[in-house]
Amino acid sequence: MEDLKINKKLDIRGQVCPYTLVKSKLGVESIEVGQIIEILLDYPEAADSIPKAMLNYGHSVLKVEKINLTEWIVQVRKEVED
Amino acid sequence: MEFTEEQLRRYSRHIILPEVGGKGQKKISQSKVLIVGAGGLGCPVGYYLAAAGVGTIGLVDNDRVELSNLQRQIAHSVKTLDMHKADSAKQTFEALNPDVNVVAIKERLNNKNILDLFKNYDIIVDGTDNFPTRYLINDACVMLKKPLVSGAILRFEGQVTTIIPGEGPCYRCLFEEPPPAGLVPSCQEAGVLGVLPGVIGALQATEVLKLIIGKGKPLKGQLLIYDALGVNFRKVKIPKNEDCPMCGKEPSIKELSDLSEEYCSI
Repeated sequence: MEDLKINKKLDIRGQVCPYTLVKSKLGVESIEVGQIIEILLDYPEAADSIPKAMLNYGHSVLKVEKINLTEWIVQVRKEVED
Repeated sequence: MEFTEEQLRRYSRHIILPEVGGKGQKKISQSKVLIVGAGGLGCPVGYYLAAAGVGTIGLVDNDRVELSNLQRQIAHSVKTLDMHKADSAKQTFEALNPDVNVVAIKERLNNKNILDLFKNYDIIVDGTDNFPTRYLINDACVMLKKPLVSGAILRFEGQVTTIIPGEGPCYRCLFEEPPPAGLVPSCQEAGVLGVLPGVIGALQATEVLKLIIGKGKPLKGQLLIYDALGVNFRKVKIPKNEDCPMCGKEPSIKELSDLSEEYCSI
Protein backbone atom coordinates (compact mmCIF):
# COMPACT_ATOMS: atom_id res chain seq x y z
CA MET A 1 0.00 0.00 0.00
CA GLU A 2 1.40 3.35 -0.96
CA ASP A 3 2.15 5.85 1.77
CA LEU A 4 -0.45 8.55 2.19
CA LYS A 5 0.55 12.16 2.30
CA ILE A 6 0.31 13.37 5.89
CA ASN A 7 -0.67 17.03 6.10
CA LYS A 8 -0.19 17.44 9.82
CA LYS A 9 1.44 15.49 12.63
CA LEU A 10 0.21 15.83 16.18
CA ASP A 11 2.14 14.54 19.18
CA ILE A 12 -0.15 14.10 22.18
CA ARG A 13 2.05 11.74 24.16
CA GLY A 14 1.68 12.42 27.87
CA GLN A 15 -1.94 13.56 27.48
CA VAL A 16 -4.79 11.64 29.10
CA CYS A 17 -8.52 11.59 28.40
CA PRO A 18 -10.35 13.79 27.64
CA TYR A 19 -7.45 16.02 26.57
CA THR A 20 -6.32 13.46 24.05
CA LEU A 21 -9.65 14.06 22.33
CA VAL A 22 -9.62 17.83 22.86
CA LYS A 23 -6.20 18.10 21.19
CA SER A 24 -7.10 15.68 18.42
CA LYS A 25 -10.34 17.56 17.70
CA LEU A 26 -8.48 20.88 17.52
CA GLY A 27 -5.87 19.22 15.29
CA VAL A 28 -8.57 18.12 12.85
CA GLU A 29 -10.11 21.61 12.93
CA SER A 30 -6.77 23.02 11.81
CA ILE A 31 -6.66 21.05 8.55
CA GLU A 32 -8.86 21.19 5.45
CA VAL A 33 -11.43 18.64 4.35
CA GLY A 34 -9.62 15.89 2.45
CA GLN A 35 -6.37 16.38 4.36
CA ILE A 36 -4.85 13.84 6.71
CA ILE A 37 -3.63 14.21 10.26
CA GLU A 38 -1.41 11.70 12.02
CA ILE A 39 -1.78 11.56 15.78
CA LEU A 40 0.95 10.05 17.98
CA LEU A 41 -0.31 9.01 21.42
CA ASP A 42 0.64 6.88 24.40
CA TYR A 43 -2.54 6.77 26.46
CA PRO A 44 -3.88 3.25 25.85
CA GLU A 45 -7.59 4.10 26.13
CA ALA A 46 -7.18 6.86 23.56
CA ALA A 47 -5.98 4.34 20.97
CA ASP A 48 -9.51 3.01 21.14
CA SER A 49 -11.54 6.15 21.93
CA ILE A 50 -9.94 8.60 19.47
CA PRO A 51 -10.74 6.53 16.35
CA LYS A 52 -14.32 6.01 17.59
CA ALA A 53 -14.76 9.70 18.29
CA MET A 54 -13.36 10.66 14.88
CA LEU A 55 -15.81 8.33 13.17
CA ASN A 56 -18.61 9.92 15.19
CA TYR A 57 -17.52 13.35 13.99
CA GLY A 58 -17.87 12.02 10.44
CA HIS A 59 -14.18 11.64 9.57
CA SER A 60 -12.39 8.54 8.22
CA VAL A 61 -9.90 6.60 10.28
CA LEU A 62 -7.24 5.37 7.86
CA LYS A 63 -4.93 3.63 10.27
CA VAL A 64 -4.58 2.69 13.94
CA GLU A 65 -1.20 1.14 14.58
CA LYS A 66 0.72 0.22 17.70
CA ILE A 67 4.25 1.27 16.79
CA ASN A 68 6.00 0.06 19.96
CA LEU A 69 5.16 -1.16 23.46
CA THR A 70 3.61 2.11 24.59
CA GLU A 71 2.82 4.22 21.54
CA TRP A 72 0.20 4.30 18.80
CA ILE A 73 -0.36 6.30 15.67
CA VAL A 74 -3.85 7.14 14.40
CA GLN A 75 -4.34 8.55 10.92
CA VAL A 76 -7.52 10.49 10.26
CA ARG A 77 -8.77 12.04 7.04
CA LYS A 78 -11.00 15.04 7.55
CA GLU A 79 -14.28 14.42 5.74
CA VAL A 80 -16.63 17.15 6.97
CA GLU A 81 -16.37 20.81 7.88
CA ASP A 82 -16.34 21.59 11.58
CA MET B 1 -6.47 33.30 19.39
CA GLU B 2 -4.82 30.16 20.75
CA PHE B 3 -6.10 28.40 23.83
CA THR B 4 -3.86 28.17 26.86
CA GLU B 5 -3.51 24.76 28.51
CA GLU B 6 -5.76 26.02 31.27
CA GLN B 7 -8.44 27.06 28.78
CA LEU B 8 -8.23 23.69 27.03
CA ARG B 9 -9.04 22.09 30.36
CA ARG B 10 -11.71 24.56 31.36
CA TYR B 11 -13.55 24.37 28.04
CA SER B 12 -12.77 20.73 27.15
CA ARG B 13 -16.42 19.61 27.34
CA HIS B 14 -17.37 22.36 24.91
CA ILE B 15 -14.49 21.77 22.51
CA ILE B 16 -15.28 18.08 22.06
CA LEU B 17 -18.90 18.86 21.14
CA PRO B 18 -19.17 18.78 17.32
CA GLU B 19 -21.52 21.80 17.41
CA VAL B 20 -19.07 23.88 19.43
CA GLY B 21 -15.48 22.74 18.89
CA GLY B 22 -12.53 25.09 19.12
CA LYS B 23 -14.16 27.41 16.59
CA GLY B 24 -17.34 27.78 18.60
CA GLN B 25 -15.44 28.25 21.83
CA LYS B 26 -13.44 31.05 20.24
CA LYS B 27 -16.67 32.72 19.15
CA ILE B 28 -17.92 32.45 22.73
CA SER B 29 -14.70 33.99 24.03
CA GLN B 30 -15.01 36.89 21.60
CA SER B 31 -18.68 37.59 22.26
CA LYS B 32 -20.17 40.44 24.27
CA VAL B 33 -23.45 39.93 26.06
CA LEU B 34 -25.37 42.54 28.03
CA ILE B 35 -27.67 41.36 30.80
CA VAL B 36 -30.27 43.80 32.07
CA GLY B 37 -30.97 43.03 35.72
CA ALA B 38 -28.62 41.18 38.08
CA GLY B 39 -31.57 39.60 39.86
CA GLY B 40 -33.37 36.26 39.69
CA LEU B 41 -32.82 35.81 35.95
CA GLY B 42 -29.62 37.80 35.51
CA CYS B 43 -27.79 35.75 38.14
CA PRO B 44 -28.15 32.31 36.50
CA VAL B 45 -27.79 33.74 32.99
CA GLY B 46 -24.56 35.50 33.93
CA TYR B 47 -23.32 32.55 35.94
CA TYR B 48 -23.62 30.12 33.02
CA LEU B 49 -22.34 32.60 30.45
CA ALA B 50 -19.32 33.28 32.66
CA ALA B 51 -18.74 29.56 33.03
CA ALA B 52 -19.00 29.19 29.26
CA GLY B 53 -16.31 31.82 28.80
CA VAL B 54 -18.29 34.65 27.20
CA GLY B 55 -15.61 37.31 26.71
CA THR B 56 -17.48 40.34 27.98
CA ILE B 57 -20.57 40.32 30.16
CA GLY B 58 -22.22 43.65 30.88
CA LEU B 59 -24.54 43.77 33.90
CA VAL B 60 -27.00 46.62 34.24
CA ASP B 61 -28.52 47.03 37.70
CA ASN B 62 -28.78 49.94 40.06
CA ASP B 63 -30.17 48.01 43.04
CA ARG B 64 -28.36 46.74 46.09
CA VAL B 65 -28.43 43.22 47.49
CA GLU B 66 -31.10 42.57 50.12
CA LEU B 67 -31.69 39.50 52.25
CA SER B 68 -35.01 38.83 50.49
CA ASN B 69 -33.09 38.46 47.19
CA LEU B 70 -31.05 35.49 48.36
CA GLN B 71 -33.93 33.00 48.04
CA ARG B 72 -33.31 33.04 44.27
CA GLN B 73 -30.56 35.46 43.21
CA ILE B 74 -27.71 32.97 43.37
CA ALA B 75 -24.81 35.24 42.48
CA HIS B 76 -25.21 37.21 45.72
CA SER B 77 -24.59 36.17 49.31
CA VAL B 78 -24.77 37.36 52.90
CA LYS B 79 -21.26 38.69 52.37
CA THR B 80 -22.46 41.04 49.64
CA LEU B 81 -25.57 42.40 51.38
CA ASP B 82 -26.03 46.12 50.66
CA MET B 83 -23.47 45.97 47.86
CA HIS B 84 -24.54 46.97 44.36
CA LYS B 85 -25.94 43.84 42.69
CA ALA B 86 -23.83 44.51 39.60
CA ASP B 87 -20.63 44.55 41.72
CA SER B 88 -21.70 41.53 43.76
CA ALA B 89 -22.42 39.47 40.65
CA LYS B 90 -19.22 40.67 38.99
CA GLN B 91 -17.22 39.30 41.95
CA THR B 92 -18.99 35.96 41.73
CA PHE B 93 -18.65 35.56 37.97
CA GLU B 94 -15.00 36.60 37.87
CA ALA B 95 -14.22 34.20 40.73
CA LEU B 96 -15.76 31.41 38.64
CA ASN B 97 -13.90 32.38 35.50
CA PRO B 98 -11.11 34.98 35.40
CA ASP B 99 -11.16 34.84 31.57
CA VAL B 100 -14.38 36.81 31.61
CA ASN B 101 -14.51 40.59 31.71
CA VAL B 102 -17.61 41.60 33.68
CA VAL B 103 -18.66 45.22 33.30
CA ALA B 104 -20.79 46.42 36.22
CA ILE B 105 -23.13 49.17 35.05
CA LYS B 106 -24.80 50.70 38.10
CA GLU B 107 -27.37 52.65 36.22
CA ARG B 108 -31.07 52.57 35.64
CA LEU B 109 -31.96 52.03 31.99
CA ASN B 110 -33.78 54.92 30.39
CA ASN B 111 -34.47 56.26 26.96
CA LYS B 112 -31.36 58.48 27.17
CA ASN B 113 -28.70 55.89 28.04
CA ILE B 114 -30.05 52.65 26.56
CA LEU B 115 -28.79 52.97 22.98
CA ASP B 116 -25.29 53.89 24.10
CA LEU B 117 -25.20 51.00 26.55
CA PHE B 118 -26.55 48.44 24.06
CA LYS B 119 -24.50 49.39 21.01
CA ASN B 120 -21.28 47.81 22.31
CA TYR B 121 -22.83 44.37 22.78
CA ASP B 122 -23.75 41.54 20.40
CA ILE B 123 -26.71 40.11 22.29
CA ILE B 124 -29.04 41.56 24.93
CA VAL B 125 -30.67 39.54 27.71
CA ASP B 126 -33.79 40.83 29.44
CA GLY B 127 -33.89 39.85 33.09
CA THR B 128 -36.22 42.58 34.33
CA ASP B 129 -39.75 42.09 35.55
CA ASN B 130 -41.50 45.33 34.80
CA PHE B 131 -43.27 46.10 31.61
CA PRO B 132 -42.03 49.61 30.86
CA THR B 133 -38.41 48.42 30.92
CA ARG B 134 -39.27 45.30 28.94
CA TYR B 135 -40.80 47.44 26.19
CA LEU B 136 -37.95 49.92 26.28
CA ILE B 137 -35.44 47.07 25.85
CA ASN B 138 -37.50 45.60 23.00
CA ASP B 139 -37.71 48.92 21.20
CA ALA B 140 -33.99 49.63 21.59
CA CYS B 141 -33.12 46.15 20.29
CA VAL B 142 -35.36 46.62 17.24
CA MET B 143 -33.78 50.01 16.54
CA LEU B 144 -30.25 48.64 16.88
CA LYS B 145 -31.12 45.26 15.28
CA LYS B 146 -29.69 43.40 18.28
CA PRO B 147 -30.90 39.91 19.16
CA LEU B 148 -32.78 39.88 22.45
CA VAL B 149 -33.33 36.89 24.70
CA SER B 150 -36.23 37.72 26.91
CA GLY B 151 -37.35 35.93 30.06
CA ALA B 152 -40.13 36.49 32.57
CA ILE B 153 -41.23 34.74 35.75
CA LEU B 154 -44.04 34.88 38.26
CA ARG B 155 -45.16 32.46 40.98
CA PHE B 156 -44.65 29.02 39.36
CA GLU B 157 -44.64 30.04 35.73
CA GLY B 158 -42.00 31.39 33.42
CA GLN B 159 -41.63 32.39 29.77
CA VAL B 160 -38.77 32.69 27.32
CA THR B 161 -38.56 34.01 23.78
CA THR B 162 -35.80 35.10 21.42
CA ILE B 163 -36.37 38.22 19.38
CA ILE B 164 -34.31 38.63 16.23
CA PRO B 165 -35.19 41.99 14.71
CA GLY B 166 -35.71 41.82 10.97
CA GLU B 167 -36.28 38.06 11.07
CA GLY B 168 -38.98 37.37 13.62
CA PRO B 169 -41.62 39.19 15.64
CA CYS B 170 -40.79 41.60 18.44
CA TYR B 171 -42.43 41.96 21.82
CA ARG B 172 -44.88 44.55 20.48
CA CYS B 173 -46.07 42.09 17.83
CA LEU B 174 -47.45 40.11 20.77
CA PHE B 175 -48.83 43.01 22.83
CA GLU B 176 -48.59 46.46 21.29
CA GLU B 177 -48.58 48.33 24.58
CA PRO B 178 -47.61 47.45 28.14
CA PRO B 179 -50.53 46.56 30.42
CA PRO B 180 -51.69 49.34 32.70
CA ALA B 181 -49.72 49.70 35.93
CA GLY B 182 -51.08 47.51 38.68
CA LEU B 183 -52.89 45.05 36.42
CA VAL B 184 -50.16 42.43 36.44
CA PRO B 185 -48.81 41.68 39.91
CA SER B 186 -45.08 41.86 40.55
CA CYS B 187 -42.98 39.21 42.27
CA GLN B 188 -43.06 41.39 45.36
CA GLU B 189 -46.82 41.14 45.44
CA ALA B 190 -47.36 37.65 44.13
CA GLY B 191 -44.24 35.70 45.04
CA VAL B 192 -42.04 33.44 42.97
CA LEU B 193 -40.60 29.99 43.59
CA GLY B 194 -36.88 30.56 44.08
CA VAL B 195 -35.75 27.92 41.62
CA LEU B 196 -38.01 29.18 38.82
CA PRO B 197 -35.66 31.94 37.61
CA GLY B 198 -32.93 29.29 37.59
CA VAL B 199 -34.89 27.22 35.07
CA ILE B 200 -35.82 30.19 32.91
CA GLY B 201 -32.37 31.80 33.22
CA ALA B 202 -30.70 28.55 32.16
CA LEU B 203 -32.96 28.47 29.09
CA GLN B 204 -32.04 32.07 28.29
CA ALA B 205 -28.32 31.31 28.66
CA THR B 206 -28.77 28.33 26.31
CA GLU B 207 -30.42 30.58 23.72
CA VAL B 208 -27.56 33.07 24.00
CA LEU B 209 -24.92 30.39 23.46
CA LYS B 210 -26.81 28.96 20.47
CA LEU B 211 -26.92 32.42 18.90
CA ILE B 212 -23.20 32.89 19.49
CA ILE B 213 -22.14 29.58 17.96
CA GLY B 214 -24.82 29.78 15.26
CA LYS B 215 -26.15 26.27 15.87
CA GLY B 216 -29.66 24.95 16.37
CA LYS B 217 -32.90 26.85 16.02
CA PRO B 218 -33.38 30.02 18.05
CA LEU B 219 -36.66 30.36 19.96
CA LYS B 220 -37.76 32.95 17.42
CA GLY B 221 -41.43 33.61 16.76
CA GLN B 222 -42.32 31.41 19.70
CA LEU B 223 -42.97 31.84 23.38
CA LEU B 224 -41.87 28.92 25.54
CA ILE B 225 -43.99 28.69 28.66
CA TYR B 226 -42.92 26.60 31.64
CA ASP B 227 -45.48 25.62 34.24
CA ALA B 228 -43.59 24.26 37.23
CA LEU B 229 -46.62 22.98 39.14
CA GLY B 230 -48.00 20.98 36.24
CA VAL B 231 -44.52 20.23 34.85
CA ASN B 232 -45.41 21.40 31.37
CA PHE B 233 -43.39 23.09 28.68
CA ARG B 234 -45.56 24.59 25.94
CA LYS B 235 -44.58 26.56 22.90
CA VAL B 236 -46.95 29.21 21.58
CA LYS B 237 -46.40 30.69 18.15
CA ILE B 238 -46.06 34.46 17.94
CA PRO B 239 -46.90 35.69 14.46
CA LYS B 240 -45.07 38.70 13.12
CA ASN B 241 -47.50 41.62 13.04
CA GLU B 242 -47.25 43.57 9.80
CA ASP B 243 -48.91 46.48 11.58
CA CYS B 244 -46.61 46.33 14.60
CA PRO B 245 -45.93 49.89 15.77
CA MET B 246 -42.27 49.01 16.28
CA CYS B 247 -41.19 46.50 13.63
CA GLY B 248 -44.12 46.52 11.17
CA LYS B 249 -44.12 47.88 7.62
CA GLU B 250 -44.89 51.41 8.72
CA PRO B 251 -43.75 51.73 12.31
CA SER B 252 -45.40 54.53 14.26
CA ILE B 253 -42.84 54.47 17.06
CA LYS B 254 -39.85 56.50 15.96
CA GLU B 255 -38.22 57.23 19.28
CA LEU B 256 -37.83 55.63 22.66
CA SER B 257 -40.37 56.60 25.26
CA ASP B 258 -39.62 57.83 28.74
CA LEU B 259 -40.00 55.39 31.60
CA SER B 260 -42.30 56.62 34.28
CA GLU B 261 -42.62 53.59 36.49
CA GLU B 262 -40.25 52.27 39.08
CA TYR B 263 -37.80 49.68 37.92
CA CYS B 264 -38.22 46.42 39.79
CA SER B 265 -35.45 43.87 39.88
CA ILE B 266 -36.93 40.42 40.24
